[in-house]
Amino acid sequence: MSLVELHAIHKSFGELEVLKGIDLSIDEGQVIALIGKSGSGKSTLLRTINGLEVIDDGVIIVDGKKISDRDADLLGLRLQVGMVFQQFNLFPHYTALENVMLSPQVVKKQSKAEAKQIAEEMLAKVGLADKMMHYPDQLSGGQQQRVAIARALAMKPKVLLCDEVTSALDPELVNEVLAVVRQLAEEGMTLVMVTHEMRFAREVCDKLVFMHQGRIHETGDPETVFANPKTPELASFVGGLA
Amino acid sequence: MAYKFDFGAIVPHWQLLFDGVILTTELTVIGAVVGVGLGIMGAWARASRAPVISQIVGVYVELIRNTPFLVQLFFIFFGLPALGVKLTEFQAAVLAMIVNLGAYSTEIIRAGILAIPQGQIEAAQSLAMNRVQIFRYVVILPALKKIWPALSSQIVIVMLGSSVCSQIAAEELTFGANYIQALNFRAFEVYFVVTGLYLVMSILLRMGLKVLGNFLFERRRHV
Ligand SMILES: Nc1ncnc2c1ncn2[C@@H]1O[C@H](COP(=O)(O)OP(=O)(O)OP(=O)(O)O)[C@@H](O)[C@H]1O
Ligand SMILES: [Mg+2]
Repeated sequence: MSLVELHAIHKSFGELEVLKGIDLSIDEGQVIALIGKSGSGKSTLLRTINGLEVIDDGVIIVDGKKISDRDADLLGLRLQVGMVFQQFNLFPHYTALENVMLSPQVVKKQSKAEAKQIAEEMLAKVGLADKMMHYPDQLSGGQQQRVAIARALAMKPKVLLCDEVTSALDPELVNEVLAVVRQLAEEGMTLVMVTHEMRFAREVCDKLVFMHQGRIHETGDPETVFANPKTPELASFVGGLA
Repeated sequence: MAYKFDFGAIVPHWQLLFDGVILTTELTVIGAVVGVGLGIMGAWARASRAPVISQIVGVYVELIRNTPFLVQLFFIFFGLPALGVKLTEFQAAVLAMIVNLGAYSTEIIRAGILAIPQGQIEAAQSLAMNRVQIFRYVVILPALKKIWPALSSQIVIVMLGSSVCSQIAAEELTFGANYIQALNFRAFEVYFVVTGLYLVMSILLRMGLKVLGNFLFERRRHV
């Protein structure tokens, strides 16, 4: 059984049906890239996996457990599934270290010493050992995003969701964040990432999922999919990027 | 015949003014602490997704904001005994101030909560925090920081508004002033001095709130 299984997921915003029956399974250690045009439903799909969007129909199974939208289930789900956002979303009134320590302390009830040790470890891992006492507005975008990754990792999730984590960054800061993601992938972290970085997707991901109009339109391993797109939509999407 | 000023006529009654200042201060401190606490809970209820509670709080806020403080005070002191709730002058005054500030600060704090970017709340949700944890650790402090100047002004308004509590014979500063001028007929001198006392208290209160704000929102790297 896969780590995450999505069956026949449907989601509408009012009249607009954004997800029209998504089936996807994510194996442990797999690195999946979600690609597709703007508005194709990539973010919405990602957000259903940790319950930020409540689905209208379908089944989500994480680590063998079926998720409903009851509060207890959602909190349990989110312990397994971390998320990093385009806009970093650090808490402005806490230092980098406090940002990372907060949830382990208040949610997992770790002692301060324990939370601090893990937080320091995670911040060192993303290359920010020397910025722990900085507040978010004292950090560059790339540094903030790396703190956000450390913050998600400190909860020891089984899966990490990344929604265009480099799209809000100046070009020269993109690589420092991608390097961290690449390192996570190499360490065996299960990752699902929405990305426009096609070269990165090709090099790092095991599986490419192309979304089109609320459906998974084409999927496969990146090399094959990029070299021989089967559908005209993907061909034009890939072509449009080159 | 010109009026002869005689500020010395107040001196024998200084104790009344002093007691008045103390009582006004007590009313303000209790009213502010409990009233803002009520406002925080009210704002949370307004911002929450529980429609019934949110609407009840909404009615409370509108009721208080659209009626005079003096009438609210009279209702509590003279009206509630009909329901068997009999309060002392001080209790009625402090309750009126709490209820009044609670309503105004609900709206002020709610604006602060609504100004917190949705992304921060989603980040906290993604970290498996529940609603109470999100409110306590992620939302309330930055929200209060955003509206602290407006909240401070409202607290000062409530302190000045406490002067009408003299109308139910709560022995705060204005009550003391009324009493003294009834004894010595030195209305100008008494109210001149009392005006000055209110002014000084307002300035001190504003400064105190500023210091408190700096303390609450100051960046402390205490890890
Ligand atoms: N909360 C919402 N309310 C209403 N409509 C929404 C909401 N969120 C998303 N949508 C709509 O759903 C559709 C899919 O949005 P989604 O954000 O999933 O697209 P996306 O593939 O991530 O696009 P992008 O590449 O621009 O991020 C869009 O048409 C969007 O306008
Ligand atoms: Mg998106």
